[in-house]
Amino acid sequence: MSSDVIAMHTARIDEPTWAETLHGWVTTVDHKRIGLLYILFALLFLVVAGLEALVIRIQLMYPHNDFVSPQVFNQMFTMHGTTMIFFVAMPILFGFGNYLVPLMIGARDMAFPRLNAFSFWLSALGGFLLYFSFLGGSGLYGAGTAPEVGWWAYAPLTARAFSPGSSTDYWTIAVLVSGFGSIGTAVNLLATIVCMRCPGMTLNRMPLFAWLYLTMAGLVLIAVTPLSAAQIMLLIDRYLGGHFFDTQAGGSATLWMHFFWIFGHPEVYILIIPCFAFMSEIIPVFSRKPIFGYPVMVAATVCIAFVSMSVWAHHMFTIGMNSYANSFFAITTMAVGVPTGIKIFNWIGTMWGGRIQFKTPMLFAIGFLFQFLIAGLTGVMMASAPFDWQLSLSYFVVAHFHYIIVGGILFALFAAFYYWYPKVTGRMLSERLGQLHFWLFVLGFHLTFDPMHFAGLLGMPRRIYTYEPGRGWDGINLVVSIGAFIQAVGILVFVANLIVSYWKGARAGKDPWDGWTLEWSVSSPPPAYNFATIPSVASRRPLWDLKHPEDPDSRYE
Amino acid sequence: MRAVAADIQSSGAVAVAPAWQLPDRGTVGMMSFIIAESAIFTIFVVAYLFYLGKSVTGPTPRDVLEVPVFYTICLLSSSVTVHLAAKRLERDGRLTFLILWLLTIVLGGLFMYGTAQEWHRLIYEHGLTISTNLFGTTYYSLVGLHAFHVTVGLVMLATVLVLGVGGNVRRAESGRIGVLSLYWHFVDVVWVVVFTVVYLIGR
Repeated sequence: MSSDVIAMHTARIDEPTWAETLHGWVTTVDHKRIGLLYILFALLFLVVAGLEALVIRIQLMYPHNDFVSPQVFNQMFTMHGTTMIFFVAMPILFGFGNYLVPLMIGARDMAFPRLNAFSFWLSALGGFLLYFSFLGGSGLYGAGTAPEVGWWAYAPLTARAFSPGSSTDYWTIAVLVSGFGSIGTAVNLLATIVCMRCPGMTLNRMPLFAWLYLTMAGLVLIAVTPLSAAQIMLLIDRYLGGHFFDTQAGGSATLWMHFFWIFGHPEVYILIIPCFAFMSEIIPVFSRKPIFGYPVMVAATVCIAFVSMSVWAHHMFTIGMNSYANSFFAITTMAVGVPTGIKIFNWIGTMWGGRIQFKTPMLFAIGFLFQFLIAGLTGVMMASAPFDWQLSLSYFVVAHFHYIIVGGILFALFAAFYYWYPKVTGRMLSERLGQLHFWLFVLGFHLTFDPMHFAGLLGMPRRIYTYEPGRGWDGINLVVSIGAFIQAVGILVFVANLIVSYWKGARAGKDPWDGWTLEWSVSSPPPAYNFATIPSVASRRPLWDLKHPEDPDSRYE
Repeated sequence: MRAVAADIQSSGAVAVAPAWQLPDRGTVGMMSFIIAESAIFTIFVVAYLFYLGKSVTGPTPRDVLEVPVFYTICLLSSSVTVHLAAKRLERDGRLTFLILWLLTIVLGGLFMYGTAQEWHRLIYEHGLTISTNLFGTTYYSLVGLHAFHVTVGLVMLATVLVLGVGGNVRRAESGRIGVLSLYWHFVDVVWVVVFTVVYLIGR
C-alpha cells in the first residue's frame, strides 16, 4: 500500500514510462486495480465469447446452412458456454466485488492483498489456457483443436477414447485453475467482510451489497470445490488410467453428472446473488427511498443460498431417477422461488411511492426485474419433472437460462457499469448513448430469446448444428439470429460509450447520484489508500446521516 | 491489526465504543479455506463410498488393506504436540516450542513413512495401482489427496522450524502459528474421516 502511495506522488512530478505503468499494473496488489483487471479481462472474453455466439447464430440462421462444420459448431458452443460462465461472469462479478466491497465497508484494502493478486492471475491463466487449446489442443494426435465436449463435459465423452488429443485437458485444467482462483477470492471476500469493517458497521448496518457478496463467497467455497474435485478425478482418469467415470470398468457416468451439477446449479446463484447486490444498491438510490425490508432481504438471500445446495438434480430429471428423487428435487426447486419472489417484491416495494429517476442504471434495473421474473417463471415450469421430460435438452431450456444470464445477470451488470463508472473513472457515461444501448439491447434480447422458447416447444433440440426445413423453426431461427446481431450492435454502443466517456464524459465529482454508501464519500477515482481516516458509521446509510444531520437514520435504526 | 479510528468523521454519527473488535482475519481466512477443502474431501469420500464393491476385478479392500493403527496414533498425537507448541509460544517458551514443533514434524513424517510403506506393499505385493480397478482408483485418490495435504503441512511446519532455529519465531508470531496449527488440526480431522471410511466401513 505505502509503495503505491509513493508511486502516486511521483507520478505527478514526472510521467511514468509505459513500461513502468505496465509493471505497476502487473505487480499491483491494490484491490481497485485488481478489480479493474478482473473487469477488463472479463470484457475481453465477453467479446470473444459473444463472437462465438454469433458464429452459432449464423450457422443456425437457415436450414442446411454450412457456415461452419459440425465439429467447429460443437467447439463454438463448448467454448461459448465455458468462457461466458468461467471467464466472463465469474471474473466480472469478482471484479465488482473487489473494487467495491472494501470501499463500501470503509476498509483500505482486502484482507489478503497478495492472495487477491494471486487469485486474479490464476483466473487469467485459466482463460489463456482455454484459448491456447485452439493452437495446442491437437497435441501429437492431430485430433481437433478446441474442446468440443459441451460446457458440462458429460462422461464418458471426456474419456481418452472419445476425446483424443489435448483439447479436453486444456478445458479441464483451465476450469480447475480458474476454480482455485475463485476459491482464493471467495476466502478473501469472506475474510474482508467479516474482519475489515470500519468502526460502527455491525452486520446489521452493512450495505446489502456486502451481505450479498458475503453469501456469494460462502456459496463459492462449498459449490465451486466439488467441481474442482471432479476435475481432479477426470485428470486422474485421463492421465493415470483411473476409472472414476470409466463405464467399462464399473465407473459411473451419472456420478459425473451429480458432481457437475452439485457445482452447476449453485453456480447460477453465485452469479445472480451479486446481481441482486447491484439491484439492492441501485434501485433505492434511483427511487430516492431506503431499501424496503432490509432484514428480510438478508434472510431471503441466505435462504436462497441454502436451498440452492439441494436442487442440483433438476438438471437430471431425464436420466431416470426414482420418483422420490424426482419429487424431492422438484419441490426444492420450486421452493427456491419463494425467497426469490420475496426479493422481487421488496425491490418493487422500494420503488413503490418513490420519486423514481429513469437514468440509465435504473432502466437496466427495471429491465432486470421484468426479465428475471419471466426467467424465474419458466424455471418453475421446468421444476415440474414431467414438463421437464418433454422440454429438457430443447431450445426451451436454452431460452430459459439465457433469460437468467443475459436478461438477468447481464442487464444487472450493465446497470452496475452505468452506476459505478463515474466512481471508477471520475467521468459520467453518456446518458444518450446509454439510452440507445438500453433500447437496442432490450430489442435484441427479446428478439433473440423470446422466440427461442417457441422453437423449444415446437421440438427443436439444443446443440444441433443444422436442421431440416419445414418443421416450423425456420422463421424463428432467422428472427433469433437477427436479434443476436442487434444485441451485438448494442454491445458496440456500450463499448464505444466506455471508451469515449473515459476522455469526453462530464466530470462526475464525488457523488453524482446523491448516494448513501461509503464509496461515494471519497473522490472519483478513489485515492490509492481509499480513506484518509477510517470512517465510522452509525446507520445503514452513513452518507444520508452526513448530508442530513438534522434527521439521521441512526435515530430510527 | 485493526486500529481503532481516533477521530470520528461523521456528524450525526453517535460516538462508537472504543473497543471495536472484529475476528482475526488470518483465522477467518483459514477457516474459510478449511470449509472449501472439506467440500473437496467430501466429494472424494462420496466417490469412495459410491464405488465400494463395484470393482469388476480384484483385489478388494478386504484382501489387501491392513489397519494402520500405529501411524494413525502418530498423526493424531501430532495434533496434541502442535497445540501445545502454539500454547508455549504464546507464553514465549521458545525452546519448548521448538522441541514440540520438531516432535510434530517427526510424528507427521512417521505417518507419511507409514503411507509410503503401505503403498509399496500394495503395489509390489498385491499389484494394486491406481489403474488396476475402481478400488485402486478411489483408494489412491482419497488417501493420496490426504497425504498430499500432510506433505504440504510438513513443508510449512519445516519452514517454521528453520525460521525458529534462526531465532525468527517469537511471541509476536504466535497468531500466525495458531493459524498454521488450525490447518494441521484439519489434516488430522480429515484422517479420522478417511480412516473410518477406508479402513473401518470399507473393509
